[in-house]
Amino acid sequence: MKNFSIATRQNQNVSILDISGELDAHTASQLENALKSLIDNENYSIVVNCSGLDYIASAGLGVFMAYIEDVRSLGGDIKLTDMNDRVYNVFDLLGFPTLYDILDSEQEALHSFND
Amino acid sequence: MAGTRQIHTLSVEASTEHLAEVRDFVADHAKNIGLNQKIISEIRLAVDEAYTNIIKHAYDNNATEKVSIEIGSDDDQLWITLIDNGKSFDPDSYSEPDLMRRIKEKKRGGMGVYLIRKVMDQVQYNRKGKSNEIRMVKNL
Repeated sequence: MKNFSIATRQNQNVSILDISGELDAHTASQLENALKSLIDNENYSIVVNCSGLDYIASAGLGVFMAYIEDVRSLGGDIKLTDMNDRVYNVFDLLGFPTLYDILDSEQEALHSFND
Repeated sequence: MAGTRQIHTLSVEASTEHLAEVRDFVADHAKNIGLNQKIISEIRLAVDEAYTNIIKHAYDNNATEKVSIEIGSDDDQLWITLIDNGKSFDPDSYSEPDLMRRIKEKKRGGMGVYLIRKVMDQVQYNRKGKSNEIRMVKNL
């Protein structure tokens, strides 16, 4: 699947997912698998760095909705960072900014986890 | 350029594999008629959500079925029409998503129609014989 890619990094106790390309109903399963695998391995402090993300549809948003409750109930969070304006606009249309921590930079997210 | 009217059509199998192609198809038309990036992003999203809904709900992920997509424009409007022969959609069953409740209930989906209505100026559903048609209009 050439139009979406995902990679995982670790910064101390925080797991960082770098997502890039186009997140839609076709590629959402890749994000879902990556999130599941982090949670299965008891990594609940998760940053999703969206700096390479060019596009998101509701199927992509649905993945974040499906896991946020579980992660928070386990003492963690999923924080989203580095979105471009077009991507942020889609999150904003659905009211995500009131329910999710959406931050300008990965650094901010790392700090907020370590506070 | 009064009266300039351009229409393009694409017929694709109902599979998410074709989502990027479908988005690019409408974006190319919009670029060719000189629309700005904001409008191009909005119509890419609208056609994605409409096509995804057809794949999942009208055709239950049966990728042998076909979807026909038309994009056209004149001086005042751009319209995108998607036609399928699957199960019909009841537009009255649609309601604005309550994000908090969906998260609590671990429901996903059901947000596509809402997004389409947010980014387009008019949305109409028509049942014509055995076909469903969704027509989405953007005022220019």
